[in-house]
Amino acid sequence: MAVTLTPPRAGGRTRRVPDRHHRGVTRWIVLALVTVAALVMLVPFAFMLLNAFKSPGDYSNNGPLSWPTEFYTTGLRTYWEQVDFPVKLWNSILISGSVAVLAVVVSLLSAYALGIGRVRGRLWIIGLFLLANMLPQEALIYPLYHFAKEAGLYNTRLAVIIIFTVIQAAFGTYLLASVLSTFPRTLLEAAALDGAGKWRILWRVVLPNVRPTISVLLVFFFIWTWNEFLIPLVMLIDNQTQTVPVALASLQGDRLMDAPTTNAGALLSLLPAILFFLVFQRTLARGITAGADK
Amino acid sequence: MAVPDTVAARPGATPSPPTGKTPRRPRRPDAGYWLYLLPGAVMFLLVIGGPLIYTGYLSLTRWSGVGDPSFIGLDNYRTLLTDDVFWTSFRNTIAMIVAMVVLPTLIGLVLAAVLFDTIGRRFRPRTAAALRAAFYLPQVLPVVVAGIVWGWILRPDGALNGLFDAIGLGALSHDWLGDPGTALPVVMAVMIWVQLGYPVVVFMAALERVDPELYEAAEIDGAGWWRRFRAITLPQIRPETFVVGLTCTIAAMKVFGPIYALTRGGPENATNVPSYFAYFTFFKRLNVGYGSAISMVLTLIIVVVAVLFIRAQNRAERRDGGL
Repeated sequence: MAVTLTPPRAGGRTRRVPDRHHRGVTRWIVLALVTVAALVMLVPFAFMLLNAFKSPGDYSNNGPLSWPTEFYTTGLRTYWEQVDFPVKLWNSILISGSVAVLAVVVSLLSAYALGIGRVRGRLWIIGLFLLANMLPQEALIYPLYHFAKEAGLYNTRLAVIIIFTVIQAAFGTYLLASVLSTFPRTLLEAAALDGAGKWRILWRVVLPNVRPTISVLLVFFFIWTWNEFLIPLVMLIDNQTQTVPVALASLQGDRLMDAPTTNAGALLSLLPAILFFLVFQRTLARGITAGADK
Repeated sequence: MAVPDTVAARPGATPSPPTGKTPRRPRRPDAGYWLYLLPGAVMFLLVIGGPLIYTGYLSLTRWSGVGDPSFIGLDNYRTLLTDDVFWTSFRNTIAMIVAMVVLPTLIGLVLAAVLFDTIGRRFRPRTAAALRAAFYLPQVLPVVVAGIVWGWILRPDGALNGLFDAIGLGALSHDWLGDPGTALPVVMAVMIWVQLGYPVVVFMAALERVDPELYEAAEIDGAGWWRRFRAITLPQIRPETFVVGLTCTIAAMKVFGPIYALTRGGPENATNVPSYFAYFTFFKRLNVGYGSAISMVLTLIIVVVAVLFIRAQNRAERRDGGL
């Protein structure tokens, strides 16, 4: 992503707060400093791009900083084939997508009971869910690994889907319950007077009203699950089941991969994340604000 | 209102019996709703509650993962107390909190204020948005990918040493992650890079909530940047600071992926953290009981820290409300 330095046009001077002369220079220095800092943040991406298209020979002769001598795509292709990238991509999409949808459904059901039904002890239940989301996954991993083996779910995507559905739903319940606890009662009562049952009210009255929050949760659950590492690393050992991050890390583990292939692999692995980010930028921004607003 | 607002009138979660105010509804208002809690509760017990209790039990046993665990009481915890690796891993957690919470929050506060107050208002807002995107980008990519890229940059034949060679500082070349002396500071620097965008984005969103007239009034009164930062920016975004502090502290205590991708806890445990230590003990040393004890201690610390954070936040909010 290029940082464009927008030159200030005449419009900048007609602001309500007139610049005082001593600040005229300062603001440019500040802009320059922040821009340099932002560029430094992007340097690793530039390095990665530069070296993803180099041949191993080019890399070892000319080092990591030189411009590639040719547009070499064999590294990308090697990585693509070596790790069977389309399979990994599909696994990640399948797992993250299923988790996002299932976790939202579970969150909505639980939050309906907690936020609107206000069942007894709901504050304790919400606190429990919140703590569950904060737990270190190490505290669950061995029993989960053990049970999955016993149940024949080890090395299946289903095991990972179930686990993350619960972990993400724990957060979703917390957030949605607090949103629903301020749900306008009059709407619910009007629907009840019209003879709608709880089930109908949930889908016809509550759901349409919290759709913005739900879409934020969908995006977040998808990305969080996509980026998860420990549980997929332990649960998915097979080429046919692994996700994108696990495949990249396990390939790096054998230390045989040359630098250009490492970079090609990293580039391929982050492209879906960047694409997703660009598509859902607004939803994400809204979500970050929603999360911070409590 | 035609229908009395009985449900809303119920005081919070206190299981008080229906009062005389709601004579027309003898039925408890929440009857029937608990059914909706069932799927979440059952899955929660199976995937989180049960396993957590089981890990707690395993921490009291010696077990390699096959056969039956043998109960040994608190022996694992006693061993932990004298285990140097365990203490190193917790010392490194403090380093991770510095790198993932303290520094990103401080730098993020200043950056967000500068982007919002100076750049967003004196240049076009688009400039601030583009700069913000650059800071946020590392947050988008899977943290393992970040670990792999940085691992390569910091390799002896990687980009950082190449950069030093190119500018004539070849003498500074170093095996950054291979040397126990530099590995931890370098990992900390990478984590700052990864984390920085999160507070910047959250704080900038928070600042949009602030009435711009506050800033303009302060400026007309002659308040400099620093005074505006302290008197307006900091108090206005305190709720967000708490949220960032809590979420980042927990992330720092649980950090695993970057360590796995960068150093696997090495060299000589210089970058080991409790999460990686537990993983290694479970799956490489096949010492499930001991790994469980490490996990339980980590869990306990995280719960305590989270509770302290939330209580501090509630106290601060009450104080603000009282003023």
